Amino acid sequence: MTTEATSSPAPQTPVPGAVSAREKKNRRQDSGGVRGWFGRQNPWVRAGLMVLFAVLAFLLPYVGEIPLIGPQIVTQGIDWPSALFNMSYYVLLALGLNVVVGFAGLLDLGYVGFFAVGAYTVALLSSPDSVLRTEWGWTAAVPIGLAVAMLSGLVLGYPTLRLRGDYLAIVTLGFAEIIRIVATSTETLRGDRGFSDIPHPPGEFADGKPIFGVADAVPYYWLGLAVIILVILGVRNLDNSRVGRSWLAIREDQEAAEIMGVRTIKYKLWAFAIGAFIGGLGGVMFAGQQGFMNSQTFVLQFSILVLAGVVMGGSGNIAGAILGGALISYIPDRLRGIQDPIWHTDLFGFRFAIFGAVIIVIMIFRPQGLIPSRRRAMELKDREKEVAPIE
Amino acid sequence: MSEPHIETPAEADAANARPFDRPAPEGTGTGATAPAAPGEDVLLEVDNVTLRFGGVVALNEVSFSLRKGEIFGLIGPNGAGKTTCFNAMTGVYRPTSGGIRFQGQSIVGKKKHEITRGGIARTFQNVRLFPEMTALENVMVGADAHHKTSVIAALFRLPRHHREERTGRDRSYQLLRFVGIEHRAGDVARNLSYGEQRRLEIARALATNPTLLCLDEPAAGFNPAEKADLLALIRKIRDSGVTVLLIEHDMRLVMGVTDRIVVLEFGKKIAEGTPAEVRDNPAVIAAYLGVPTDAA
Repeated sequence: MTTEATSSPAPQTPVPGAVSAREKKNRRQDSGGVRGWFGRQNPWVRAGLMVLFAVLAFLLPYVGEIPLIGPQIVTQGIDWPSALFNMSYYVLLALGLNVVVGFAGLLDLGYVGFFAVGAYTVALLSSPDSVLRTEWGWTAAVPIGLAVAMLSGLVLGYPTLRLRGDYLAIVTLGFAEIIRIVATSTETLRGDRGFSDIPHPPGEFADGKPIFGVADAVPYYWLGLAVIILVILGVRNLDNSRVGRSWLAIREDQEAAEIMGVRTIKYKLWAFAIGAFIGGLGGVMFAGQQGFMNSQTFVLQFSILVLAGVVMGGSGNIAGAILGGALISYIPDRLRGIQDPIWHTDLFGFRFAIFGAVIIVIMIFRPQGLIPSRRRAMELKDREKEVAPIE
Repeated sequence: MSEPHIETPAEADAANARPFDRPAPEGTGTGATAPAAPGEDVLLEVDNVTLRFGGVVALNEVSFSLRKGEIFGLIGPNGAGKTTCFNAMTGVYRPTSGGIRFQGQSIVGKKKHEITRGGIARTFQNVRLFPEMTALENVMVGADAHHKTSVIAALFRLPRHHREERTGRDRSYQLLRFVGIEHRAGDVARNLSYGEQRRLEIARALATNPTLLCLDEPAAGFNPAEKADLLALIRKIRDSGVTVLLIEHDMRLVMGVTDRIVVLEFGKKIAEGTPAEVRDNPAVIAAYLGVPTDAA
């Protein structure tokens, strides 16, 4: 019997290492997570850097003015502000998909579906081609578009989130295809003919010209950027809270999470709904800028492309998703108007080949993504050590 | 308490002695406590539980009950159904027949997270932490179980949410100190030593504010010194007001710490009583040491 040895409730633990006063102070702001380089900086440095990045981003339309470097950066076959706007909605989509795939670990291959739902709702409510004949303004249609997109996330999520991994991927893939095929074949959604004259966002300059016109895409880009910044702030807040912790716990060991009191279905649904909301945001912005859209806009490649962007940039990391989203839009646009030296065709035609090569190279040399989440990088390392089942 | 704390020693002692800032039984989600069984202060009642997997009977009409404030041992040879019994209690499996009542309320068919919120927490036989989360985050996940604010509050960083995050974090540090691994708070769980991981699991379970803590072979793989430390920790947990259900293999450990024991063999209860009674029970001796075939 070890009774004598163990009956005294004396301090049995090894004396914990001294916790420094500085460490104690750090704890106040700390979310307790694994911090990367950025997270370790002083909060003021972080805020300063973020403001700097935002300002630089707002100045991007004028990057062509910089001698020597500028002309290398700007696109040639498509005007630079339009390319920037394209990047802005791809970045939005990447941010949204990053919540679903990167944070909650749910593989969604049909993310374009939510983009389509947002865009189509706006088109239905505002275009003169619509059977509804409501012809609302863009601003009035946006909240409805976002709400419907979010709702579609819940409707898709509720029955399917009990599925895991590959099965969920297949269902979401089906969802996006259903949306596209319904859009192609129903009279109400007008298939290839699409919707035209979708109103632009409102607002006028002092001289009476509309801010959001057809000629100049800069205001659209700035609008997109403002939305992106709001989304980043919101997503970051979520990631640093119990919501982010719950997602992470679900991703790492769903059953253990549930036994620790995490409501897994609820948080997965939220991830889906938030992802759908952000995807819808991309959709309503797209509809507002283009003024025209049809069912060809929402092909499956689009979903795959955004997913590729998230994985390439660094799944689970906001900065990575932004970079990935920007690249998937920038690389093809940059290829426009450049001729290859042999056949003298536009390199844009080779975009998928070039893009594929870029992705392969990145995945070989940096499988965790360009700006990886430190945690995801670790997860990748011991992917082979699968979680042991109960008993 | 010799380690340096911010708190005065008195506060630290109070925190160590009682890491739960909420009186455990009332209002934990299972509703008002229904009348307990006559005479005893029954916390959990396992009533004729049978669990079949196809043709295999993992549990066969097992009945026992836990009293508030005791350390209760569930022992038996390998494959006796101890962990299965645990899983039935924590909602992982649903009993084929029979009832399980916790604080007078049936918990059969309840969801896992509901049972946890209701006041039953557990650890796992093979450690199941969230390996890439820090020790602190692991415990905070447990502490979140009773937090009210959710997505909207987190999105806009509402003050209420902020407060909950802070109290959750403070309590998580307290619990890490309680189990003796506060200095590893910022380390990723998979980098902790095996013993630290086991302790972290206990801290995470305690963070859900349980009335009943179920430990599934917490001493597996421990050396005698570590086992002694663990026993002291289990007592400390009991003294803080939590009932402990302990599955254990090591008879000496169980005998040293438990108030009462149930012995399972092949899914059936073969003995119940105080450690001394169980130790002398011929059926138990047979189960552990085997009996000559002609006597069986």
